[in-house]
Amino acid sequence: MSALIQAHSLHKIYRDNHAVNDISIELQQGEILGLLGPNGAGKSSCLQMLCGVLAPNQGEIIINGTDLLDQPNQAKQCIGYLPDKPPLYPELTVNEYLNYAASLRRIKKSQIKNLRELAIERCGLEGYSQRLIANLSKGYQQRVGIAQAIIHQPDIIILDEPTVGLDPIQIIEIRKLILELGAKHGIILSTHILPEVQAVCSRVQIIHRGKSVFNKNMQELKQSNQILLRLQNTPELSVISNLTGVDSAEQASEHSFLLAGVNLHASLTNISRHCVNNNWGLLELTPIENNLEQIFINLTSGEDTHNSEQVA
Amino acid sequence: MILNIALRELRSLFLSPLAWIILGVIQTIMAWKFLGFIDYYFSIQADLIRIKDTPGVTDLVVAPLFDFSKVLLLIICPLITMRLLSEEKQSGSIKLLLSSPISMTEIVLGKYLGALLFFIFVILMIGIMPLSLLSSTDLDMGKFAAGMLGQLLTISAFIALGLFMSAISKQPVNAAAGTFGLLILFLIINIAGNATTEGNNFFDTLSITHHSIQMLRGIVNTADIMYFVLFSLGFILLSIRQLDAQRLQS
Repeated sequence: MSALIQAHSLHKIYRDNHAVNDISIELQQGEILGLLGPNGAGKSSCLQMLCGVLAPNQGEIIINGTDLLDQPNQAKQCIGYLPDKPPLYPELTVNEYLNYAASLRRIKKSQIKNLRELAIERCGLEGYSQRLIANLSKGYQQRVGIAQAIIHQPDIIILDEPTVGLDPIQIIEIRKLILELGAKHGIILSTHILPEVQAVCSRVQIIHRGKSVFNKNMQELKQSNQILLRLQNTPELSVISNLTGVDSAEQASEHSFLLAGVNLHASLTNISRHCVNNNWGLLELTPIENNLEQIFINLTSGEDTHNSEQVA
Repeated sequence: MILNIALRELRSLFLSPLAWIILGVIQTIMAWKFLGFIDYYFSIQADLIRIKDTPGVTDLVVAPLFDFSKVLLLIICPLITMRLLSEEKQSGSIKLLLSSPISMTEIVLGKYLGALLFFIFVILMIGIMPLSLLSSTDLDMGKFAAGMLGQLLTISAFIALGLFMSAISKQPVNAAAGTFGLLILFLIINIAGNATTEGNNFFDTLSITHHSIQMLRGIVNTADIMYFVLFSLGFILLSIRQLDAQRLQS
């Protein structure tokens, strides 16, 4: 199955500011990609290029097998986009607005009502459909924005900071909605809230100063090559270092060691058996998970980001 | 699709007080002026009888009324057209249009049509006034129709210019100021031509006044119609290009 989005080496230049510099983005069906980055990193520009709002200065974007720049209308049909500020008309009611959004996506008149009801239900807008958008709170306006993006049931949903300005309960609901949608569609969401990415995303791409500096699956990301070993009867450090699978070891405290090794996880059972056989009194054997926050700070705060692709 | 955008535009317009205020103000001022012209007609009616080939009520009431309406339309047009694109840019709602499977041409034509429909309504309301004279006198319907056509063509040109100014500015107010200035320039540019004997043809050709005045006299000239069509088409094309260029730059 081909990817939903294949964007290769995108460039966007605003006068003297190289906002997006050679970024490639891929999205598969059923994947939720989190686009992370500090403010002004180029996230929004990337997303806007992916849905045709901005034209890239250089690069190629294939949406569902269609070139976005050659056949924009066909490609845009598969995209639902929520910009950083929901694109609403405050003077319309929710129903009127969603009808308009659906008609812009060339949905047949006969289907509009059903799709609208579905979108309203999914975004928890029941009971608000006759209200003027201007009179809705920010959280509900955000929901209308999301409803607009999913009304035509696109394969790809692009959400630019979808939970900004929402209260904690709404944030949880929106995350639930994103997870629900992510099962059937491909979703890209940009944010600078790290727990959000950890909660919903299956893959993370970090952008810093217009460059992609990190791109990994959530699973891969968490897996580090380190484990913590805590023993009752501590042997010599050299004995520990010589265990199979351990490339290096250091004593973290009186009773614990920090082991590192490329194939460490494969030899976990071996290590535990060794501990028991030698009567070291195994207290703890914990794989250390990488912390997204740590990775993010490492990648985005340092001045030198050239070699950071290999980090972590 | 174009119609969808136009109808949404029209709907938003009528949901805001602006459209109603404009309609009310135009109707009041035009009615006042209409009354004035009729009054004037009555006052000179006695003298008219003595003149051979006297100008009729169509020349003395309808034509000046339509001529005056051009000034009102000039003032009002920027207020309506300024919002068309720059407000959407300001509020960010243009991103909905840009990310939808529709072309720039459809967006611009939809916006244009929306404003045009509103002004067609305005012109019809103005046209009803002289038609009320039919109950007591005969009108030269040919001249009346030519006058209405002239108004329609004039406002089409106004809207196209306003749309373009709205496309190039980020704030609606700037668009309004720009439209206002350029429209006045296009109305009075033939004054420069009249001052000099040489080359006045050129400035006349550019002027909106020069082309619209003929139709008030009942003369429908293909050259005049083409002027308005090309004027409107030109600014519509520029608007489309401008939107496309902004997608590449900003």
